[in-house]
Amino acid sequence: MKRLGIVALGVFALGLASAQSNVIKIATQSPLSGGQAALGEQIKLGAQLAVEEAQARFQKLGFRLELAPYDDQANPDTGVANANRIINDPDILGVVGHLNSGVAIPSSEVYARVNLVMVSPANTNPRVTDRGLSNVNRICGRDDVQGPAGAEFAVKDLKAKRIFVIHDKTAYGQGLAENFRKRALALGAEIPNSAFVGTEEKSNFATLITQIQAFRPDLIYFGGIYDQVGPFAKQLRERGIRVPILGGDGLDASEYERLAGADAAKDTYFTTVAGPISQFPKAAKFAQDFRAKFGKNAEGFGVYAYDAANVIISAIETAIKQSGGKKPSRQLVAQRVRLVKLSGLTGEIEFNSKGDIKVADYFVIHLDTGKYAEQKLLKKVSIAAPR
Amino acid sequence: MLEGLVALLPQVIFDGLLLGFVYAMIALGYTMVYGVLELINFAHSEIFMIGAVVGVEVFRYLGPAIPNGIVVLLLALLLGAIISGLMAMVVERLAYRPLRARGTTNRLVPLITAIGVSFVLQDVVRFIEGLWHNEFKLQMRVIPPLDGNFTFLTVFVQYKALILILVSLLMLFGLNYLVNRTKLGTAIRAVAQDMSTARLMGINPDVIISRTFLIGGALGGVAGVLFAVQYSTIDPYVGFFPGLKAFTAAVLGGIGNITGAMVGGLVLGQLETLSGTYLPTLTGGNFGTEYKDVIAFLILILLLLFRPQGLLGQVVKEKV
Repeated sequence: MKRLGIVALGVFALGLASAQSNVIKIATQSPLSGGQAALGEQIKLGAQLAVEEAQARFQKLGFRLELAPYDDQANPDTGVANANRIINDPDILGVVGHLNSGVAIPSSEVYARVNLVMVSPANTNPRVTDRGLSNVNRICGRDDVQGPAGAEFAVKDLKAKRIFVIHDKTAYGQGLAENFRKRALALGAEIPNSAFVGTEEKSNFATLITQIQAFRPDLIYFGGIYDQVGPFAKQLRERGIRVPILGGDGLDASEYERLAGADAAKDTYFTTVAGPISQFPKAAKFAQDFRAKFGKNAEGFGVYAYDAANVIISAIETAIKQSGGKKPSRQLVAQRVRLVKLSGLTGEIEFNSKGDIKVADYFVIHLDTGKYAEQKLLKKVSIAAPR
Repeated sequence: MLEGLVALLPQVIFDGLLLGFVYAMIALGYTMVYGVLELINFAHSEIFMIGAVVGVEVFRYLGPAIPNGIVVLLLALLLGAIISGLMAMVVERLAYRPLRARGTTNRLVPLITAIGVSFVLQDVVRFIEGLWHNEFKLQMRVIPPLDGNFTFLTVFVQYKALILILVSLLMLFGLNYLVNRTKLGTAIRAVAQDMSTARLMGINPDVIISRTFLIGGALGGVAGVLFAVQYSTIDPYVGFFPGLKAFTAAVLGGIGNITGAMVGGLVLGQLETLSGTYLPTLTGGNFGTEYKDVIAFLILILLLLFRPQGLLGQVVKEKV
């Protein structure tokens, strides 16, 4: 009896505590340390800017809005461990993240346990939304569109016939490469099994390069991230192989140029779901504020993270009104996110029933001088999410 | 595609040779410490990594100031050897000697300590580089005379690769001379054979062990610098796999045997490069390049089944 009393008291105290808290937090999860930190930091800073801009509006509603950044280290285990901490912080009502699909997939299952909404600025693996979780949304495109878009470009525009395909064995890289290969084969390109290779190697690419020399491709497709593709490109060019390289949005970072060297980065093409900032007329002010505040240039994923955070912010605002000025439940915020109609910096944001953005943009970019800042946008296509 | 690959066989063997020399140089440090202490010093991977980081930093700061790449490389090798060697000494002094002083007889205790030291060093370097340059991936500066190349009988050779081979051969001969012909080498061998008798002969084992770490660490540092020059991109965790494979190479060659470490490294380098290159084509893409380690280690297991003492190792009687 006595124990029951204590428990009841505890529950009462807890209820009191949560009722009193007028703090609302939005978490970010992205790699802030390690080889992919350059992209992960963009996600954090983009979201931070959105949160800071909204703070005054939340003040008026009686809430303090805060950002809670987490470092997932591009590692699924760390992502899940952080996710468990996140769901145990009752003030967190939404998550902007992740960078890596392989991390987003298991982490979002943790958020789903408490209906905590996640809006992804960067995860392109189809499985992210295909699982049909009601709390998972993304404002970028998908690899089963991005990969084929890359293949169309490779075969039709670059006229590539023999293609050597490499991937990094992650959910992102392998998924992208497989989707690329399927469409490229259908379009008549030649990619035998022995020219479809996965590798986790990050420093010595000699064995791959010899295979490429023997295969004599017109194009190399690499489904991977810049921290691996950069050194690969450098060693490839050192061997005197000038075959163009095509990749996915994992190459969309200035770090690629640094790791490969501008000379080796020449003739790199990549498809991306996060277009260059110059593509978005509305983002000029954002880019300026970003530079002034953080002292570095905003890149594609920064804008997308800004929009992803704004999706959550606007959903929370509606949810607050709907719950009569009180702090809304996570469930309600997740429902409101699915219904959001927002005109973001990157375009119109509206989700379909799976949580994919209804129409996503895909970009093809050419680093013809090898310099990231001098990249050329070759193509922009808007494609509706597959059903 | 296979015909193309066969035509490239000399290239594959040359690539394997380079990788093999890298493993061999790291293996020397493993084998020396094992010979003396019967300790597998897993922190040696990180000593190697520190050498690589020193190499990158020397080229970053001195590269623009000194136009001659060879001079910069020599400075990098020197500094890499000194810093890595001292670091290995410090690790021995702080982590292993206290365990010895307490008379720990359990071999697992220093082993676990070594693994712990390895993690600490990785993250310390990551922390320092993060504060210093805010970089995780470190990029070697392009060094004109070293990056130059020529083609010899279809083999693409860079000058830096030749330097790597030359330096590692020098290291092997130098180390053999040191261990077998000098007073210090005699003392090292004495301590390796029997520490307490060596002490009776007026040798201070602690000093000799410390020197052994210094030499092994310096060799690891040199290997690190050359690795960074050869493969360009490194990070604070880059030591793990080469370290693990170098340890394997040391065992393959017969741990405790200096020439054996070299031979083991070269064999492993060839196995890995050959299987990595030919596996996808030979199996029609069913086994990709990523299985190179599986094949290499399978062959290794087979070799060790028939020669458990390693290729050049001798069966030693249990010390009494």
